Amino acid sequence: MKEISVLGSGCAKCTKTAELIEETARAMGCEVDVTKQTDPAVIMGYGVMSTPAVVIDGQLVHSGSMPLRAQIEQWLAD
Amino acid sequence: MFAVFTWLADWLIYEVFGLPAGGRWADALHFFVEDTTKILVLLVVMIYVIALIRASLNVERVRLFLSGRHRVVGYVLGAGFGAITPFCSCSSIPVFLGFISAGIPVGVTMAFLLTSPLINEVAVLLLLGLLGWKFTALYVVVGMSVGMLGGLLLDLWHAERLLQPFAAKAYQQAPNATLGEVARPAMSLAERHAFARGELAEIFGRVWKWVLIGVGLGAALHGFVPQGWLEAHLGQGQWWSVPAAVLLGIPLYSNATGVIPVMESLITKGLPVGTAIAFCMSTVAASLPEFILLKQAMQLKLLGLLFGLLLVSFTLVGWALNLLGPVL
Repeated sequence: MKEISVLGSGCAKCTKTAELIEETARAMGCEVDVTKQTDPAVIMGYGVMSTPAVVIDGQLVHSGSMPLRAQIEQWLAD
Repeated sequence: MFAVFTWLADWLIYEVFGLPAGGRWADALHFFVEDTTKILVLLVVMIYVIALIRASLNVERVRLFLSGRHRVVGYVLGAGFGAITPFCSCSSIPVFLGFISAGIPVGVTMAFLLTSPLINEVAVLLLLGLLGWKFTALYVVVGMSVGMLGGLLLDLWHAERLLQPFAAKAYQQAPNATLGEVARPAMSLAERHAFARGELAEIFGRVWKWVLIGVGLGAALHGFVPQGWLEAHLGQGQWWSVPAAVLLGIPLYSNATGVIPVMESLITKGLPVGTAIAFCMSTVAASLPEFILLKQAMQLKLLGLLFGLLLVSFTLVGWALNLLGPVL
């Protein structure tokens, strides 16, 4: 099971990103635990300056935009 | 170059709808058709072209560029980058913290954050199209000056003492921080095109409704407020009209795209330039939602200071430009 956090201040794009990841995971039959992280101190800890950003199992994989579905599929397949 | 939009509005309003020229409804609708078509076409062309050029500039790069600079250079560069680098307002906190934790002074960071919403490519382009280059140059110079002076004052007041504890700690530890190197290969034209298309879709999707609302308000003002009414009630003689415009602007929070058509209409109706600029800046820069976000990184006292600073500077700018306005 992959631990995924979506970092962001809670704007529409961050919410949509989390939803898209959950939806893609369901479609792929992949087990994930998606959480939204809005704590600025945590976001700063990852060195992220543009949100939404995505962290998978503690590893920052993306920042600055909503990821594309194909990107998410690749992360989940790894 | 813009005559085609006037022609289009003439044709639609006077010939297709058959409204008599000079009537209130005809005036308002004409303004609406001409300005919405002009603005929307300008937006599509310019957002794309500017994004193509700007493709390889991002906040990480700006941070790398600003870190370790002399403060005075920092204010100028901070405001300059703020003017050309747009970012979603949800990112203002991460950007603020990212800069602080790289040891960039609070003042330089705020010069960047203050200038960014005030001056962006969309705003500048709309001003150019609607109010001409002189007004646009004035707006850019004033906006950058507010950003730079605001930053300078915040540093003189040692604003870093008023950060939230975790942010203050990050600022103190900054000398040991390692900045993420932005090592990206040069972008090909195809990649730039893909980026520009994405930006166009994103920005246009966000601002088109503001254009309609803004032009709609502008059109109503244009058609239904009698000539001279604004001049008589909010003209030069009324010293209080500038601070009133600034206070009125804050709850009316909008982005520059929506305010500029309203400004166009107000100015052509006789509102002094300084009052209009002060109104526009307070609507765009001093927003409550933004301040609530910033509360996560700053103590209330610093927020209050920032808020007061903006109100006072917009008012002073408004008064100064009203005095200078007739000279321009």
